[in-house]
Amino acid sequence: MEAAVTIQRSRSRTGAFFSVLFSNPLALSGSVIVIILFAAALLAPVISPYDPQAIDTFHILEAPSMQHWLGTDSLGRDCLSRLIYGSRISLLVGFVAVGIATAVGTVLGALAGFYGRWVDTLVMRFVDIMLCFPSIFLIMAVIAFLEPSIWNIMVVIGLTGWMGVARLVRAEFLSLRKRDFVLAARISGASNMMIVFSEILPNAVAPIIVSATLGVGGAILTESALSFLGIGVQPPTPSWGNMLTEGKDNLEIAWWLSVYPGLAILITVLGYNLLGEGLRDALDPRKK
Amino acid sequence: MNFLIWTAKRLLALVLTFIGITLISFFVMHLAPGEPMSLQADFNPKMTPEMRQRLRAQYGLDKPLYVQYAKWFKGLVQLDLGRSFSPDRRKVWDKIRERLPITVLINVLSMILIIVVSVPLGVRAAVRQNSLFDQVTTVLVFLAYAAPAFWVALLLMLFFGIELGWLPVSGVHTLMGYEHMNTWQKIMDWARHLVLPVFVSAIGGLAGFSRYTRSSMLEVLRQDFITTARAKGLPERTVIYRHALRNALLPLITILGLSVPGLIGGSVIFESIFAIPGVGQLMWSSVMARDYPVLMGNLVIVSVLTLLGNLLADVGYAAVDPRIRTGLQETE
Repeated sequence: MEAAVTIQRSRSRTGAFFSVLFSNPLALSGSVIVIILFAAALLAPVISPYDPQAIDTFHILEAPSMQHWLGTDSLGRDCLSRLIYGSRISLLVGFVAVGIATAVGTVLGALAGFYGRWVDTLVMRFVDIMLCFPSIFLIMAVIAFLEPSIWNIMVVIGLTGWMGVARLVRAEFLSLRKRDFVLAARISGASNMMIVFSEILPNAVAPIIVSATLGVGGAILTESALSFLGIGVQPPTPSWGNMLTEGKDNLEIAWWLSVYPGLAILITVLGYNLLGEGLRDALDPRKK
Repeated sequence: MNFLIWTAKRLLALVLTFIGITLISFFVMHLAPGEPMSLQADFNPKMTPEMRQRLRAQYGLDKPLYVQYAKWFKGLVQLDLGRSFSPDRRKVWDKIRERLPITVLINVLSMILIIVVSVPLGVRAAVRQNSLFDQVTTVLVFLAYAAPAFWVALLLMLFFGIELGWLPVSGVHTLMGYEHMNTWQKIMDWARHLVLPVFVSAIGGLAGFSRYTRSSMLEVLRQDFITTARAKGLPERTVIYRHALRNALLPLITILGLSVPGLIGGSVIFESIFAIPGVGQLMWSSVMARDYPVLMGNLVIVSVLTLLGNLLADVGYAAVDPRIRTGLQETE
């Protein structure tokens, strides 16, 4: 009986969340974009008209046509197919890099906020240092010594992007650790670990989700910039960034190589940003 | 006097942060697998383990990491960034110095562009909240946030450079006949070459800064002294530009300081696209060559510039905001 009531309540809560989220046209369009991207990445082999790696020397640098909707590149590969496969890279990079950043940021922020004092000072100074220099320079310096591979890129982007989450989680912990419910848990014998994970952290989940969603866009932009510079995802694996490198090399003769991959990045990042903003409004109790 | 003490404290914190930056970048870089030697070694079939060892010793890479760092840091204190690993073995500082002016020039110009364009934009959007103008700028801001800057650069090159032929797409001045130009023609030539790079490096800042100006203005406009100013019968222009804007600009100074790293970071990308011989391009080529000293030198210069930007912002903030100055005096 009681369980049924809880389920009922949580369902209506979820319902309320989605109705707020989808009543905002921007958030709705963001969600649609993200869902389409997921579908494209998962169904890439099914929906791609051609093999993205298939070289066709008889049809190089062809402008968009009925056969090749988005044209072909300098090896005669179909751009639309490469674009669809490229969405896999963006999706993977976005999620893994942000996952790493969120995990690191949450742990460090929780440590700083929960223990305070010198732990806090140490972590926050570290955050200041990391915020103080252009992360792309650090990323490049590290990547210079690693094999340029998608996994290295994701780890490095993740490890240079955790500062925002850390600040956010710390602030949440600072404001919550002295509250009555934490005291109550402590009196009833909860360990530090239990207090951190089951009492305080759940309160910080909403802002973490919002910042992670907004972070996905940033990670995708960084990956595309690195791949564009030739130190990210390596050809022949298609990524939107390295497709644009080819666009740059053929700028004067094949405009379509430069236009479409960038448009794909723009729409993807826009989708995540809109969804993130929408989530912020939907998850913020003050806005209801 | 208190202002001096406060500035001194900030300076100390800056120095500590700077040392932290060099420590982190040095160790991260040296702990990463792969080293400068492997590039030369991998392409040289005659490279024996002994030769490799000798090369390592020549570059000082055989010593423990903390010894290498201490040596590097000692050089730094004497303003010596060491010598490049590349075959020319030039001094790192010389390599950077010849490339620094153009990068600083472009970044300063785009900073000016950002302030001149986005402050009025943000003010107007805030004053006419929810108007068509406000909505259009909001959409533009979202697009600018989501668009990769290097792609926008490609599109602009495609349109203004190739399609219309109005602007040159690479370099900082014309290669043919540049010597025969008079001063005015030279300035115009530079200007034509710098239009696109400056604009591209400003895009992100334009979006962010107009957004911050808008929300900062909205906050100030809600406050009592604005109502008072209006009640006094002051013209709306005076209320907005004299009373509201001056207060709204305060937090923006800090944000401007914080945006320096992003702006300089962008140099790597647009200098590579527009073939501008600046620090960003040097960074990129030293990444490709795994040139430790040049990489470290670049990081040092860039973080010094960034920290200076932050310090200027902090000092500027305290200088214009009497609340901070008096607050300082009360606490000291």
